[in-house]
Amino acid sequence: MSLFTVLLWILVVPVTIVLGLAASWIVRKVSALVQWRVGPPLFQPAYDVIKLMGKEILIPEEANKSVFMMAPLIGFVGVLLLSLILWNALAVQRPFVGDVIVAIYLMVLPSLALILGGSSSASPHASIGTAREMKLVMGYELPLVLAFIVVLIKTGGQLSLAGISQQVPVLSISGMLAFIVALLCVQAKLGFVPFDIAEAETELGSGVLMEYSGALLALWKVMQAVMLVALPFFLMILFLGGYGTNHLTGVGAISAIILLIVFVVGRFMSGRSKFLDVMALLSFIGICILAGLGKYVLILVLLILIKNTNPRLKIDQAMKFFWGFCTVTLVVSIILASLGNYYNVSWL
Amino acid sequence: MSWKMWSLKKSIWVFHVNTGACNNCDIEIVNCLTPKYDIERFGIKLVGSPRHADALLVTGVVTLQALPRLLEVYRQTAKPCVVFPIGACACDTGIFYNGYHVAGPVDKIIREEDPNAIIAYVPGCPPKPEAMISGVMKALSAI
Ligand code: SF4
Repeated sequence: MSLFTVLLWILVVPVTIVLGLAASWIVRKVSALVQWRVGPPLFQPAYDVIKLMGKEILIPEEANKSVFMMAPLIGFVGVLLLSLILWNALAVQRPFVGDVIVAIYLMVLPSLALILGGSSSASPHASIGTAREMKLVMGYELPLVLAFIVVLIKTGGQLSLAGISQQVPVLSISGMLAFIVALLCVQAKLGFVPFDIAEAETELGSGVLMEYSGALLALWKVMQAVMLVALPFFLMILFLGGYGTNHLTGVGAISAIILLIVFVVGRFMSGRSKFLDVMALLSFIGICILAGLGKYVLILVLLILIKNTNPRLKIDQAMKFFWGFCTVTLVVSIILASLGNYYNVSWL
Repeated sequence: MSWKMWSLKKSIWVFHVNTGACNNCDIEIVNCLTPKYDIERFGIKLVGSPRHADALLVTGVVTLQALPRLLEVYRQTAKPCVVFPIGACACDTGIFYNGYHVAGPVDKIIREEDPNAIIAYVPGCPPKPEAMISGVMKALSAI
């Protein structure tokens, strides 16, 4: 490995963190626009993290100190490793067979770290949050793995992210169904609103993170920000054909049209605002040019819209949703995909 | 000015403590989050745990019942933090002056716990959201 590539890989970590902070700004800004507010300035997530770094770290007396302090580090390292693997597949395209399985394992690490941190902090609110997080993890892991199996069938048993990203499973019925379910699973992984059961600001006072303060809380916040980059990228590689200009006319155009429809409908429903028109135009042009990044923005905007148009579910409703509706949908789409493979019908 | 204070001003997370308010001040605080005033523009955010908070918005006169709780919440807040007594009651016991159930104005109580506490007042009964925003902004620019 030359010196240049080594330097490049060192740079990847800060770039990912900066991208993550930018993504969390997009989340807050778009949520604000949906709620007809102005929203925070561009550097707000960075200010938040810098401020938290300067605050006092309080550790509850009865907490298990070492686990309490290790948990955010574990989650942070896990999500950084995940993003490194994704960058490897996206940018370098160096084949590394089996990295998709490593990625699926690493995706569980942040939730595990949250469970560790919450249960070691000796707070009733945090332990309720932990219990809910555990159930939620069990709920969404099954559909996520099933969705992955659909992708495996559609791509002919590819086990490397670089190989999977050469194909676009979402352009078939089974792939579309799997993509929708995987999107909802990612929503739950990010702890976004219909599934923010473990954090539940209003009833649990931020649940699992309740006892964290100062630099440790900053680590959690950065971890969540990096997840905002890594998880949509993962979906993008799995379903939308990864970062590649060869699909510019296909998925890029479709995502552009969907975004445009969303903004135009939003504009007619609410009357005012040139801002939405400008956004629609900008996103349309931008997406057509950058099909790769456009797919990422499409996934992010879909996540934000789901976040802003749904109330929080109860934990039993979430479990029923994932194990009932999602699993059944995926079993159907697995059957469809295998039928399609058997009879060589690519749109099934 | 240290970087800690600089970044604190840029992003204030507030925790809302009701020590016996008539609920009017509380409603006006929640009003600040609505699209009309939208304090997220200034990086102000309402959080659910005092450990995450940079500012305590204390509303209402401190009753004897609420006194130990207020002190506990103050101790649990990560320093540096700012205390904002919101409304006439919290600033100077207001219409409950000399009441039998009153422990005293918020600033006196907090100062007994921590003499170096940063305290800024927003008077009014209840203060308008505009008054709260300008009070918070003036206090922050004075730190
Ligand atoms: S200041 Fe006025 S509005 Fe606020 S709590 Fe006291 S009496 Fe109620």
